[in-house]
Amino acid sequence: MRRVTLLAALAATLPTIAMAASSSAVPVEGMPQLAFGHPEQGRLLVGQVVWLLLIFAALYFLMAKIALPRVGAVIENRHARIAADLEAAQAAKAEADGAMAAHRAATEAARGEARAAVASAVQAAQADSDAKAAALNARLNAQIAEAEARIEAARASAMGAIRGVATDTAEALVAKLVGRADRAAIDTAVGAALTAQGRA
Amino acid sequence: MAAEGKTIDALSQFELSPVLGVFGDAVSFSQSNLMMLVAVLITFLLMKLTADRGELVPGRLQALGEASYSFIAGMVRDQVGDEGKKYFPFVFSIFMFVLLGNLLGMVPYSFTFTSHIMVTLTLAIVVFLVVTCVALAIHGMHFFTYFFPEGAPKWLAPIIIPVEIISYFSRVVSLSVRLFANMVAGHVMLKVFATFVVLLGGLGAIGPFVAAMPLAVNVVLVGFEFLVAFLQAYVFAILTSIYLHDAVHLH
Repeated sequence: MRRVTLLAALAATLPTIAMAASSSAVPVEGMPQLAFGHPEQGRLLVGQVVWLLLIFAALYFLMAKIALPRVGAVIENRHARIAADLEAAQAAKAEADGAMAAHRAATEAARGEARAAVASAVQAAQADSDAKAAALNARLNAQIAEAEARIEAARASAMGAIRGVATDTAEALVAKLVGRADRAAIDTAVGAALTAQGRA
Repeated sequence: MAAEGKTIDALSQFELSPVLGVFGDAVSFSQSNLMMLVAVLITFLLMKLTADRGELVPGRLQALGEASYSFIAGMVRDQVGDEGKKYFPFVFSIFMFVLLGNLLGMVPYSFTFTSHIMVTLTLAIVVFLVVTCVALAIHGMHFFTYFFPEGAPKWLAPIIIPVEIISYFSRVVSLSVRLFANMVAGHVMLKVFATFVVLLGGLGAIGPFVAAMPLAVNVVLVGFEFLVAFLQAYVFAILTSIYLHDAVHLH
């Protein structure tokens, strides 16, 4: 189509070249845009159209073949870059989210572990202290029992001593009063008296 | 210049004159065509520098180039769909060409090539031909069902078909005349009010004070013209996209 335009332009230009000599200072009547009858304006109007077709064809060629594809590539590049960056950002965000989740899970696990450790430590300490307390109690009970036994023994010996002292005293008293004393009878009487008092 | 002989000459700014000396004169190369070349050069340099930088974080120039690329790419995608990718360079070329034509016209002493009906008509015809060729290439003979909507009563065909055909061809007219009329109207108004400034400024002592009013109007108009420059380029491009959508999808 461009070749046809070129040929048409050439065909239209040739006569205007031929009549180029006829320029003169004739005043233009009415609108210059429509002054086809004017010797100079007329041929310039025709020439204008021919040149317009040539120049516009050149513009179209320059735009379609050279300039616009390159500008389009620049814009396309930017779009691709932005899309890639967005994708990378998306991936980074997902990664960060994953890391955050992992971190949260780890924190949770650590917290549970710590809780378990604390609980087991408390339990161990409890058990330990329970055992110690039990041991102490046992020892104390043993000591108490021993002391009680000792007290019992002391009391028994004291009680025994009371009987002896009472018998001796009673024997002495009876000897002073009566002049003689039957130790066996006195002993039996003291035993009976002590038993009556509930201290045997 | 404009106020010579105390008349308002708003139209001579649209006159063509050959540039580049004898050679330009010989091939009828006018200042209008020179501005087209400048527009192409600026567009190409902008896009080339954008691509050459190609940085991940664009600077101001690269952002401008990428913004224009994305703007038209988005428009074509929205209007035509993913099949429209092939036509993106065409719509982009149309948009940048018209936009820079309009904007270059705002530079003092420059020339607005979009204010020439021959230019806008040629662009509209190019769009029309491209759209029709695309439709024929995709749909073949089926394309002609475009002129008779499916499901319409058969007896309405004698009315609907001519109306559809006329509306199809009137795209060329509406595309070209809209841009042409907008640019001419804007520049004529600028010129008229600028002439007022010069004429009123010559009214003795009160002149400068009275002349301030049309000057203020012109300041507003310049801002408005920049809006129109963008808007008309946008309209041209989006209509091209819509026509391409019709060509690709048929209704």
